[in-house]
Amino acid sequence: MKQPAVLEVNGVSYPVELEPGTSLLAAVRDVVGLTGSKEGCDDSECGACMMLLDGRPVNSCSYLALQAEGRRVTTVEGLAEHDVLHPLQQAFLEHAGVQCGFCTPGMLISATALLERNPAPTEHDVRIALSGNLCRCTGYDGIVKAVLAVGGQRY
Amino acid sequence: MSATFVNARSLDEALAALAAGARPVAGGTDLVVAARSGKAPLPDSLLAIHELDELRGIERGEGLRLGALVTHAELADDDVVRTRYTALADACAIVGSVATRENGTIGGNLMNASPAMETGGPLVCFGATVTLRSATATRELPLADLLVGPGRTSAAADELLVAVDVPAPPPGAGSAYVRLEYRRQMEIAVVGATCVAALDGGRVSHARVAITALAPTVVRVSEAETALVGSDGGAEAALAAGEAAARAAAPIDDVRASAAYRRAMAAVITRRAVAAAVARANGVDVPVPASDSTYGRG
Repeated sequence: MKQPAVLEVNGVSYPVELEPGTSLLAAVRDVVGLTGSKEGCDDSECGACMMLLDGRPVNSCSYLALQAEGRRVTTVEGLAEHDVLHPLQQAFLEHAGVQCGFCTPGMLISATALLERNPAPTEHDVRIALSGNLCRCTGYDGIVKAVLAVGGQRY
Repeated sequence: MSATFVNARSLDEALAALAAGARPVAGGTDLVVAARSGKAPLPDSLLAIHELDELRGIERGEGLRLGALVTHAELADDDVVRTRYTALADACAIVGSVATRENGTIGGNLMNASPAMETGGPLVCFGATVTLRSATATRELPLADLLVGPGRTSAAADELLVAVDVPAPPPGAGSAYVRLEYRRQMEIAVVGATCVAALDGGRVSHARVAITALAPTVVRVSEAETALVGSDGGAEAALAAGEAAARAAAPIDDVRASAAYRRAMAAVITRRAVAAAVARANGVDVPVPASDSTYGRG
């Protein structure tokens, strides 16, 4: 049976009605209507669905939406400030960190979480932080370069 | 599809719901992932326990008391865990991905009872006990007695694991958890081994060895411990401990490895865990996670 809940996504409160088993990804995409986060594997392998929950990364496909009530959810739509891209988004463009783009929202979210904790990560730190995000275009080098550039590091 | 969802506001409310048949969910990294991948449907009645403050935090006394909701990330980053219970930090640092470690909890990892769980070997070697609570009773038991088979514990359905107590390691102890892995992250142990070793005057005075993903549960290998105690903890002793681990292993064939390969690697990985633990006991700075290190290789 559906239950009423309020989800706070990118600073906006959305009153929703959800089945107990609805994933956070399904709630944000299909009920809230923010489709930036992607469904890849649907069981926590690929990271395309990565969101931040109170600032920490979560595979939203495998997280119950009702458990996100009362917490801050951040998706890729929450990164840019109006028309100004987030520095990571700009760096992904400049370093060719985007090919087909399907993994990009999850990559950006995982990279955001990394830089919050560690503003100047090494290449090893970046690769570990992004290891839960798969890019099947295999464009990892551009992605790693972009994250390193925002942290002020050279590849 | 689950019929009901309750977000517990207090431990008493949670225990009452469990008595009425609800099943707990915290980080969801086993329960929900298993449902998404089609392994097991979500329980009919879901009880979210992630907001229970009673189950949070790492308390430091003589030993450690870990609330059931302590995450792998908290443990891997904790200074006391990294310095005194290093094998546990080794294990927590390599569970899944960053997201798995941020959401997955120690209570969930233990109660899921996978024979390949990373945290079980270190906690068994440190002599951890777990506290189980139901609406009517509280009991404490050794972790080794909680784990009874693949995916099976000795806890009753209405019992919730609320805390893990880890005694102080003996003076002069070093420890390490090493796993055989095919990739650095998003991996499950193909074979794992833990060693806790204390040195006194250049001789091993206390040894604990456990193997992971090599039997229906994480198990201690007493023959390996006997081989270490009284030795200098050097290459010969590590080799003997590794051979004992291979003899004690009862591995299975599955998608990740054949039983024969697992048994052969039991010796290698145990040897490496012993070498890293002894190096740490000697004050050598072996980085966490020890799986990255080259101690005992070659």
